[in-house]
Amino acid sequence: MKTLAVCSLLWALLSAAPSAAAGPSVILATTTSTQDTGLLDDLVPAFERTSGFQVKTIAVGTGAALAMGEKGDADVLLVHAPSAEEVYMSRGRGLSRQLVMHNAFMIVGPPSDPAKVKGIGIAADAFKRIVAAGSPFVSRADDSGTNIKELALWKDAGVTPAGSWYIKSGSGMGDTLHIASQKAAYTLTDDGTYLAQRSTLSLLPVVEGARDLLNIYHVIVVKPIAGRVGNLAGGQAFAAYVVSRAGQQLIASFGKEKFGRALFTPDAMPASR
Amino acid sequence: MAAIAALSIAVSVTATLVAALFAIPGAFWIVHGRSTGRVLLLGFFNVGLGFPPVAVGLLIAFFFWRSGPLGWFDLLYTPGTMILAQVIVIIPLVGSLAVIALRTVDATLPHQLAALGVPTATRRRLLLREAAPVLAACVVAGFGRAIAEVGAAQMTGGNIEGQTRVLTTATMLAVGKGEFGQAFAYVAVLLGIMAVIAGGTLVLQARWR
Repeated sequence: MKTLAVCSLLWALLSAAPSAAAGPSVILATTTSTQDTGLLDDLVPAFERTSGFQVKTIAVGTGAALAMGEKGDADVLLVHAPSAEEVYMSRGRGLSRQLVMHNAFMIVGPPSDPAKVKGIGIAADAFKRIVAAGSPFVSRADDSGTNIKELALWKDAGVTPAGSWYIKSGSGMGDTLHIASQKAAYTLTDDGTYLAQRSTLSLLPVVEGARDLLNIYHVIVVKPIAGRVGNLAGGQAFAAYVVSRAGQQLIASFGKEKFGRALFTPDAMPASR
Repeated sequence: MAAIAALSIAVSVTATLVAALFAIPGAFWIVHGRSTGRVLLLGFFNVGLGFPPVAVGLLIAFFFWRSGPLGWFDLLYTPGTMILAQVIVIIPLVGSLAVIALRTVDATLPHQLAALGVPTATRRRLLLREAAPVLAACVVAGFGRAIAEVGAAQMTGGNIEGQTRVLTTATMLAVGKGEFGQAFAYVAVLLGIMAVIAGGTLVLQARWR
């Protein structure tokens, strides 16, 4: 009797998924920063309501998201590492790539700012100062868009980061911020995730608004692989939605209520700003 | 919260029942059967106790990725693959505990019953009734491992809101978002579920005695 009840409950759960109506669900591979800010909690349900597609959001680093696209394990990607994306597109694994939005990276650090980097106008110079002072720095070290950006900045700074001061967290943006906060270390973050979490952190922004700290997001429709499960129409519909007026307005207003300011600036429809 | 807890329970209860369906007859066979294959199954149970859930999760994910050999089922990131992973993780646990339980009961009872001239079928039934409270505890242990597991649930389910988000993966996400209060709430519900299950088992066992 109990078994029967449990089985019927599970059956109800499994069959509630309206996957039969619109083909397989759309797999969106995206970055932890879009999930940890909460943007996807607004954007994905809104898309599902207007389109009727069902989305499975898998939040990984940009590197992993591009790898999923490469193998045809995802239908659409929302990522933020332009240099890696260009390589991906040049391999012919994307049908389209469109600019969606940006926010900025920032360097955050302990309030006492032991390396005295506050106010430096170029991020790569701030990195040099952190190394010179021997202050700890937490790296995502997970091939995410933020990690790719960080490594590019080290290259600009002419430093090969290694040593006990260089802490590789291997975790998402939210977790990495908490590790940096607990270890009184500096780290590179997107401003959205930092703003969404700053109340639980003892970290302050030390470098923001620098020219080399722009964080740009693109949406890529994955080129399907013949004979494999996929949902091309769903992927295209999602990409079209995030750059549509409705999607862009949602992005523009996201965060205003909760954090007092928008966390992302929409870029696909300049006129609507 | 309610939906996440309900999914956690539904997935883990289903996985536990499916696992018990294989593990308990398997344990009976090991204790009462004659074939030498019993040693292999016992070996599998014992080795399987050490299966890391992340390894099982990765293996299931590998098979069910769209690019994997079973990708055309389109089952990855559904409760189905989560249940499959949990079944594999807990069959050895339930099985090897059940073997120990049945052996404890077995030590004296069958000889006594045989000496009394009780027919084999009745003897089996009496044995099962005698072992039931201990077997229930084995199944509860399996459920405990299933619902507390996070690595395989994340990899095979993907922590998708409203579809595959369970209490453990929701806790990880809440910590990632810095929502520690929410994380503690999930953990409290998880502990509450285990408390209810453990209490219920105690009551059942008392009634059986």
